[in-house]
Amino acid sequence: MDLAYFLQQLINGVTLGSVYGLIAIGYTMVYGIIGMINFAHGDIFMVGAFVALISFILFALTSIALPVVLLLTLLIAMVFTACYGWTVEKLAYKPLRKSFRLAPLISALGMSIVLQNYVQAAQGARIKTLQPVIQGGFTFMEETGFTVSLSYLQVFIVLVTIFLMAIFTLLITRTALGRAQRACEQDRTMTALMGINVDRTISITFIIGSSLASVAGMMFVMYYGVIDFYIGFLAGIKAFTAAVLGGIGSIPGAMLGGLLIGLIEVFWSGYISIEYKDIAAFTVLVVVLIFFPTGFLGKPDIEKV
Amino acid sequence: MEKNFLQSSIKDSLFTGLIALALFGPIIGLRTVAQNEILVVQPKWLLVIFIVAICAVGRFLINLYTFNRDQKAGHQSSIGKSIGNFLDTKGTQIAISAIIFSIIFPFLPFTDRYLMDIGIMMLTYIMLGWGLNIVIGLAGLLDLGYVAFYAVGAYSYALFAIHFGWSFWICLPIAGIFAAMFGVLLGFPVLRLRGDYLAIVTLAFGEMIRILLLNWYELTKGPDGLTGIPRPSFFGLPFKSFPEEGEQTFHTFFGLEYSPMQRIIFLYYLILVLALITNLFTIKIRRLPIGRAWEALREDEIACKSLGVNPRNTKLTAFAIGAMFGGFAGSFFATRQAFISPESFTFIESAIIVAIVVLGGMGSQTGVVLSTIFLIGLIEVFRDFESYRMIAFGGAMVLIMIFRPRGILATRKPTITLEKKKG
Repeated sequence: MDLAYFLQQLINGVTLGSVYGLIAIGYTMVYGIIGMINFAHGDIFMVGAFVALISFILFALTSIALPVVLLLTLLIAMVFTACYGWTVEKLAYKPLRKSFRLAPLISALGMSIVLQNYVQAAQGARIKTLQPVIQGGFTFMEETGFTVSLSYLQVFIVLVTIFLMAIFTLLITRTALGRAQRACEQDRTMTALMGINVDRTISITFIIGSSLASVAGMMFVMYYGVIDFYIGFLAGIKAFTAAVLGGIGSIPGAMLGGLLIGLIEVFWSGYISIEYKDIAAFTVLVVVLIFFPTGFLGKPDIEKV
Repeated sequence: MEKNFLQSSIKDSLFTGLIALALFGPIIGLRTVAQNEILVVQPKWLLVIFIVAICAVGRFLINLYTFNRDQKAGHQSSIGKSIGNFLDTKGTQIAISAIIFSIIFPFLPFTDRYLMDIGIMMLTYIMLGWGLNIVIGLAGLLDLGYVAFYAVGAYSYALFAIHFGWSFWICLPIAGIFAAMFGVLLGFPVLRLRGDYLAIVTLAFGEMIRILLLNWYELTKGPDGLTGIPRPSFFGLPFKSFPEEGEQTFHTFFGLEYSPMQRIIFLYYLILVLALITNLFTIKIRRLPIGRAWEALREDEIACKSLGVNPRNTKLTAFAIGAMFGGFAGSFFATRQAFISPESFTFIESAIIVAIVVLGGMGSQTGVVLSTIFLIGLIEVFRDFESYRMIAFGGAMVLIMIFRPRGILATRKPTITLEKKKG
């Protein structure tokens, strides 16, 4: 019974952690390259969830096979949400790149308010419910009295996350684009002198981050089945916590952090108290920042005079 | 050249239209509505086509405009600068006339209940802005969880007043002390954090307080909120229309007709006095060693350390004092509303207060007043359009940051300068 319960929490935690990890990558990449917290990232995730929801509703009217629907929705969500990320960067962050430290943060705060209320105005404030897209799953350990279930949906979420993370890790470590990004992180002026289009590299970073967030949004709407315009706020803070936990600026760190935050949240609500599950994530954030300010896989940030 | 330009700008505006279509197509064009508990999509293509056309044509016109305009490099709008200069030279007169105006405001012929309510709301935000200005503007610590102290002040006033029946004037300092204690509580763990990290942790702290208020049902009644919070009295004289036997009320004592406006006018003066105290305190403390240490710490922490300023104590006092004024404003809020619930202390409130401070020009006391009038006025103008007003609000934050990143009043005179040696 206890082991079964534990296994069930573990499965749920890994699933939730995948979603947080995907959002956290966007935070960590943007922080790495331009050194700002993209406050609107959680809302980009929310927009992605809405695009996926709309796409699922439209495909439900047709008779296309399920795997094709999933693939098409994934692509649609990524493309449309990437447009949001790109536009937000162009409108609200690019003009402020040489401004003082707090300006982009305030601008991002404003953008986050705009996105939330725009979706509220366009789609209505009520919660949206989606019929389950993928049903069924495996069950095991029935003889212990507590059935552990692993749904096909959870398998799908974890597999897609692993696949996307593998692709983007390759992209960052092996391609010219990834090299350009890492160069921009170190020194933007020198990178520009080496003939790399810095503006374009930053834009692509936002596009990648937003499309991964949109995948997280799609997973979220499939997993929970209910969304509203406000989901981006909490998910955004938790994903940021994940990015900090793993060491901000490090992509493997973001995945690790996401997984940990997912597990902490699920185990906290499974064993301690469900009302205070959001406090768990925040407590972790505070504790990590006090004792490991650079996270698990981050580089130490030395302040020089 | 001319033809080439036209071609490229048409291409550019078509591209803008395409992006606009991708942005607004799904979210605005396909509205999801629940029908018999199943979501269906309602197309709204006409609206999308209209918006996309506006974007494309607008982009084209901007291109034409920027091409035709003479290239004046480095020419920036100097409105803020001239306002700043004007305030510098005529500062005292303007401040005095603004104070006189706010004193006679309740008795002006056009002042009605609605304007009084807006006035009270604006003064509350001005007070919160001045309180947060100590933390952000002077000490340079970006605090995104200021609403937590506002909430602590409101709840401690409400709980003491309901359970012990203590009067407003006893509860006010207690609420301030409680809020200051929470400020220190928040201050300790975040002492070593800088900039962005600090912002996120303070935000998380604000949310933790809200979740706590929401779930600690025995103490706070959770989402139901606290009702029946006592109203303030005028030095022991309550504002009641029907006094009990042998009880003196405000209108019987002064021999006036009873009117509900009397209480509102009293509340107005109460918050005006509280706000002015906050302002006076900030102006005075800036000249004291602690105030100078705050400003020095904001400019360079390492230099401060090497000159013997203790960053821990300096930051903690900034958090505590800023939080204390938040707590005062919170008690005022509780006594004015007579009802509080966690709903009133969401993150958006923190965002509004931070926006007021930053958009006004950090550290500028006058800037706080100007940006409160602008932002709260903006929210009031769009009052009937619930979510559009927040879109306008967020948009204003982005635009002000782009065009005036240092805030409306960017020209801030240093508190202390090194005088030039003569001869």
